[in-house]
Amino acid sequence: MLSGFVVADELAKILASYRGNRSELLSILREVQDTFNYLPEEAMRQVAKFIGIPESQLYSVASFYSHFRLTPLGRKRISVCRGTACHIRGAPQVIEEAGRLLGVKESETTPDLEYTLETVACIGCCALAPCLRVNEEVHGEVTLKKVRELLPDLNNGA
Amino acid sequence: METVTLTIDGRNVVAERGITVLEAALENGIYIPHLCYHPDFESHSACRLCLVDTGDGELLPSCRLTVAPGMVVTTNSQMIERARRSILEMMVADHHTTCRGCPSSGQCELQRIMGRLRIDRKRLERLRWPTEDLPRDTSNPFFDFDPNRCVLCGICVKTCEEIQGADAIYYTARGNMTRIAPFGNKPFAQSRCESCGECVVRCPVGALVTKNVQRPKQEVKSVCPYCGVGCGIYLGIREGVIVDVRGDTASPVNGGHLCVRGRYGWRFVHSPERLTTPLVKKSGELVPASWDEALSLVAERLAGYRGDRFAMVTSIKLTNEEAYLAQKFARTVMDSNNIDSDARLSDAPTLAALQRTVGMGATSPLSELAQAATILAIGTNATETHPVVGARLRQAARRGASLIVANPREIDLCRHARMWLRPHLGTDVALIMGICRVILEEGLVDASLVDEKAAGLTAWRESLRDFSLGRVERITGVPQEEIAEAARLLASGPTAIVYGAGITQHTHGTDNVLALINLALLLNTGNDSLRLYPLQAHNNALGVCDMGCLPDYLPGYAAVADASVRERLAAVWKADLPASPGRTLTEMWSALASGTVKALYLVGADPLSTMPGHEAVRQALASAAFVVVQDMFLTETARHADVVLPAASFAEQEGTFTNMERRLQRVRRAISPVGDSRPGWQIITELAGRMGSKGFAFGSAAEIMAEVAALVPPYEKASPEESTLCSFPAADRRFAPLAYEPVEKIADIDYPLLLVTESCLYHHGNWSARVAGLKVLADEPFLQVNPKDAADYGVTNGQMVQVASKQGEMVTKAIVSDVTPPGVVTLKGGAQDLQALQAGLTAVRIVPQTE
Ligand code: SF4
Ligand code: SF4
Ligand code: SF4
Ligand code: FES
Ligand code: FES
Repeated sequence: MLSGFVVADELAKILASYRGNRSELLSILREVQDTFNYLPEEAMRQVAKFIGIPESQLYSVASFYSHFRLTPLGRKRISVCRGTACHIRGAPQVIEEAGRLLGVKESETTPDLEYTLETVACIGCCALAPCLRVNEEVHGEVTLKKVRELLPDLNNGA
Repeated sequence: METVTLTIDGRNVVAERGITVLEAALENGIYIPHLCYHPDFESHSACRLCLVDTGDGELLPSCRLTVAPGMVVTTNSQMIERARRSILEMMVADHHTTCRGCPSSGQCELQRIMGRLRIDRKRLERLRWPTEDLPRDTSNPFFDFDPNRCVLCGICVKTCEEIQGADAIYYTARGNMTRIAPFGNKPFAQSRCESCGECVVRCPVGALVTKNVQRPKQEVKSVCPYCGVGCGIYLGIREGVIVDVRGDTASPVNGGHLCVRGRYGWRFVHSPERLTTPLVKKSGELVPASWDEALSLVAERLAGYRGDRFAMVTSIKLTNEEAYLAQKFARTVMDSNNIDSDARLSDAPTLAALQRTVGMGATSPLSELAQAATILAIGTNATETHPVVGARLRQAARRGASLIVANPREIDLCRHARMWLRPHLGTDVALIMGICRVILEEGLVDASLVDEKAAGLTAWRESLRDFSLGRVERITGVPQEEIAEAARLLASGPTAIVYGAGITQHTHGTDNVLALINLALLLNTGNDSLRLYPLQAHNNALGVCDMGCLPDYLPGYAAVADASVRERLAAVWKADLPASPGRTLTEMWSALASGTVKALYLVGADPLSTMPGHEAVRQALASAAFVVVQDMFLTETARHADVVLPAASFAEQEGTFTNMERRLQRVRRAISPVGDSRPGWQIITELAGRMGSKGFAFGSAAEIMAEVAALVPPYEKASPEESTLCSFPAADRRFAPLAYEPVEKIADIDYPLLLVTESCLYHHGNWSARVAGLKVLADEPFLQVNPKDAADYGVTNGQMVQVASKQGEMVTKAIVSDVTPPGVVTLKGGAQDLQALQAGLTAVRIVPQTE
């Protein structure tokens, strides 16, 4: 996790170009996410104060848009497709196995910040369903065996 | 009342103009299903179950539809039923599992609607998504949140925003993932939630529920025994035990609103630590004894210490009846004016300042606070110390009143304030004088009118000369423009001033209060009340002082020194009264240590826990020849007593309390005294009788109040049944000239920082520590350090630090935060450890601890 001070310094730079109006909220959050790759809690608290809205309401906005990440992003982003074609051909099992191996739930990141597991809507390779992406690289016709080849078993290995 | 007539389901209905069709229907016994409607809020029509037909082909939510003359409304038709059914089915499918085991079963609005529409839950099971139950949030010790049962009606969100003003919860995520949650999806206990339970009482289903609910069989009207607000409550009783408390919606004080202490803090009554029998010290050990044995011992020993050798201290939580009898006992049985209370530590500056300016009897009704256009909240963290008043301040800010917060620390109220003034510690007098000067210089009030209504304007004005804005800015650190702007806001009243311990518990407490009275005199010239609200920490501080638990005043603030007053009282009491004023609480300890005072009777007071610098108290107790403690618990102090008398709680006796606006309110016996404990007034009555006194033949608390009423006229007219305000006759008003006295330069090279302590919502006197849930919620003590000081002394966030003063030291966790100003460290929680460190305003140093 980032220390409060790093967040405060970077955030001060971002906020310097805003006035604190409610209408600026989304652009501020976007900049915060660009800087930290996600919305650190401390940053969300500060932004709420800056805009003058309750923290709970800011969190409501942040969690409404799927664009915003509320947890840090790992270096490798495992995006499992949840589209209809993939769903029918075993996406739920793929997600479960990936989660088991990495020891995280959907939208979570491993503590070493190495992997983030997420699910996405159809990625346009339905013919190869089920699919997943490791960062930008797509893998099709994923079997559980293939998942085990792609991902380390952090759960038992560690 | 203006009314309109309309037709609902073929029935003619007369309704008040402006109400909604839903309300009109419900009032007339016509049920329209509804989930998101709540009478406390403007409807936001989220559930759409209350659809009705007004004949123009469109179905409209009736909770949003205002009644109109001649309107024809149908609440039930095939079309309506179909629409409702599909809404309800989605709701049940998404969120609901089963009513089995739900604590709200039988009281749940959704269950009621499902029954009416004959919804088949089995069929809906298949549609359910997500398939797995979401985890319940059981983190709060008083209530649970089960998201699976939540129907997203939004009532809790509105409650937290509009009633409590904590803004702790909101909708998160979206679509069928939408949930109610605190910031960061954190458990309630780790959020800004203040555990008031207001959302719990309003949740229409079983999503927010009190832990281990037991339905009371009977309810007894009473008053919250914690702070000076004096909220009305109902104690819910089942088989002789309190099982629940709810706010009294008819109470003129709180209208049903309660804070966590009022709603859940009653559990100390049934604490296993309650004393159940008298204790008598035998060979150094306190051992159980019979009442007869204990009382004869006390009577026999006290008889040897009449006059100045006796001293008595009462707590400010006693009922008026107990307090009145206590001082009568000291004065007539023990022939001593050495009687004082804990109010000495917190409220004495207010009394002293009132006496010099506007009279002891000055109080302001809370109803005027609610209506004020501008409110100055100075030296108070009201949302934690007096939560229901704190909530009123937040509500006022919400409805557009200008809230001005003056506080060195960034408290929650700052978030709601129009202005936050951040004066240096101990510079309030200068700040207020500066504000007054602007008001007069800019002609913001009519000075000639002020002059007419209050004496001493000229002399006081003279003293304002020293407070040029430049100087005030230098002293307080508050920029001149802010001072001027605050002055202008304050002058555009009606203006109320609320202050707390930050003003009174201070070396210059009396001057601070005088400054505020001057300001109030300037702003409320034409008004009966000064709209000045001292927040007394404890529920009956005002009452105990009114009853005469003061060394220099008899009941009703009649001066001891005044011979005619003494005579009049002596005639009623049929006893001679000691003529010279007695010793104050602070003076008692040295008198005990030097052996002048020999016997001490503590009625509910626990000086070892409440007095700063308690080494002197410990010595005094050790030197005393005889110490009696009358209390519910074996307190720190009680351990040093020769005899401990077990007292009954507020729920076990009849009596009255006087709240901060001097409202006389009745508490009632709701359960029998725990164990062998007895109401305090009975203990004193019995003791006085054993000591041969005749003036104590009271058969009930009401008889005592009758005697009070005969002596203290405001209490004569007040009726505790109707909880009316007592008012002392208005005294002449007078300004008090003031100079600014800097707090002694207490910080030095060795101890460069100032220590302040912050009260905590969950920590309140001796009782909250005996409520398990409050203990869980009270933070572990921690020390807030400004980032600048943290850098200077090498402290990192979360690190353990040693805090040392000349008096002592403790080790605690440091939190680096600019909530506390540079040069000042703030200690929150952990009152006990603090004793070692503190005596008044304290200079400290902090040293990071290495592992
Ligand atoms: S208990 Fe009170 S503070 Fe907590 S969420 Fe409910 S209304 Fe808000
Ligand atoms: S928790 Fe209760 S009050 Fe809050 S939205 Fe859910 S059902 Fe409504
Ligand atoms: S605000 Fe004070 S009187 Fe009211 S419920 Fe809370 S503690 Fe009791
Ligand atoms: S559904 Fe997975 S790629 Fe289209
Ligand atoms: S009660 Fe009217 S929309 Fe919910």
